[in-house]
Amino acid sequence: MANIVFENVQRVFKQNGREFVALKDINLEVQDREFVAIVGPSGCGKTTCMRMAAGLEHPTGGQVSVDREVVTQPGPDRAVVFQAFALFPWKSVWDNIEFGLHSLGVDAPERKRRIEQYIALMGLGGYEHAFPHQLSGGMQQRVAIARAYVLDPKVLLMDEPFGALDAQTRVVMQEELVRLARQHPRTVLFITHAVEEAVYLADRIVVMTTRPGTVREIIDVKSIRESENWDQHKRIEDVMDLPSFVHLRTHVWKLLRDQQGADVH
Amino acid sequence: MLQPPLEPARFWRLSAAGAASFLAIWTLAAVSGITSRDFLPTPWDVVERFGQLLTTPFAGYVLHQHLLSSLQRFAMGFVLAVCVGIPLGLLMAWFPWVDRIVSPAFETVRFIAPIAWVPFAALWFGTGIGGPVLIIFMGAFPPVLINTYRGAKQVDRKYIEASQMLGASAWRSMTEVLLPAAVPSIVAGLRISAGLGWQSLVGAELIVASSGVGYLMVKGQAAISTATVMCGMAAIGFIGLLIDVALRRAQMVIERRRGL
Repeated sequence: MANIVFENVQRVFKQNGREFVALKDINLEVQDREFVAIVGPSGCGKTTCMRMAAGLEHPTGGQVSVDREVVTQPGPDRAVVFQAFALFPWKSVWDNIEFGLHSLGVDAPERKRRIEQYIALMGLGGYEHAFPHQLSGGMQQRVAIARAYVLDPKVLLMDEPFGALDAQTRVVMQEELVRLARQHPRTVLFITHAVEEAVYLADRIVVMTTRPGTVREIIDVKSIRESENWDQHKRIEDVMDLPSFVHLRTHVWKLLRDQQGADVH
Repeated sequence: MLQPPLEPARFWRLSAAGAASFLAIWTLAAVSGITSRDFLPTPWDVVERFGQLLTTPFAGYVLHQHLLSSLQRFAMGFVLAVCVGIPLGLLMAWFPWVDRIVSPAFETVRFIAPIAWVPFAALWFGTGIGGPVLIIFMGAFPPVLINTYRGAKQVDRKYIEASQMLGASAWRSMTEVLLPAAVPSIVAGLRISAGLGWQSLVGAELIVASSGVGYLMVKGQAAISTATVMCGMAAIGFIGLLIDVALRRAQMVIERRRGL
């Protein structure tokens, strides 16, 4: 496991000869085995942050490093779960999960052991030979999560992974991810625009502002979650009813709303 | 779809009506006496000649032997076009520098009709197998290359990013991501390619071969047997249709497996 460090990260786009600052002065450390969620309005550059950690995009200033190594290109040590799943439609569930293990040079018996482990963990038993298009959105995203976890990556990067799912499926997936995250803690950078999702899942929440994208506030959820014992409740709605949850959610909401107001005036 | 599909009964009635009018116009023209039966045979002349060609050798062989020899040449040229076109198309899509090297020459050469290679085919290979294969290759190769390249270029970025994120080498990205993603486009290209290749073959046999359907037709012309020429035309059309049906079947199977 490892940490993710953003140091003075800046990202400038050029559009029709005009410069447009998408991200400014991003300083953030996701610690080892910490689950950090970035929330912010659309266009604040939160997805760009994740893509820079993945090596799919590059900062124009500053640097992103994972495990003290500066990120320059994508690789299996930084597994990504995409919003659009990005499963290979021509490969079965099993082959999709196995794809990255080949790159890592994992031998056949170990591949089989790991794939079986995550197929069981993600509730994909019986669907090993199905093709992605035969599965529901929720099941497809389970495959994508299994494909990322099975690599045993240094860090996990999730870009609004539940954004394309319907409300009921989303809730189930959130509960499953919490279970997975508490049982097998990982370094996770999770991008979302859903405030409740961030409060429910994360150890810390980074609230971003837009134009330019900057870090507005970093909120510690973990200490409250542990002192108020959220994890004794299995269901998300029970957690969401707790006064401490409601209080945090409202706090994050206000941070986001304030800047929208500032936008208008 | 622009308009709802026709109901099956109507579909077949209209198809039959179209075929029947074609035969009727042909028959009328042939029996009207405008032109000699030697210049325009009747349908039944052609059917009768067809039967003869199947049993009595003409231009050295019976009809199905000519067909077999044409199909062999076609298969060689077509397979060669596929074996060069698909890998080259993938390389061009993946490496911009390969694209830059190949494109200028390819973009020029592909506008030259395959039949224009006949002089070279004759000079280089005489009446050997190489001549027709070269000409078929020149006809079949461009659509394979273009469709592979376009299909690979239009692959959704997310699959490439997923493959990079999963640590795939350039080789694996090309063979396990780019190639399968481009398959629907490639198969569509193969259909065009097979059509053009089969057409070029017959053109080639008219000039640089001593067997095959095209050769049969040249000999038919020399013998002023227009019925023989028409038999050759019918055989070409029919085999071409069969090849296309087979490839269309393959296309449907692939698309169904993908859930398209």
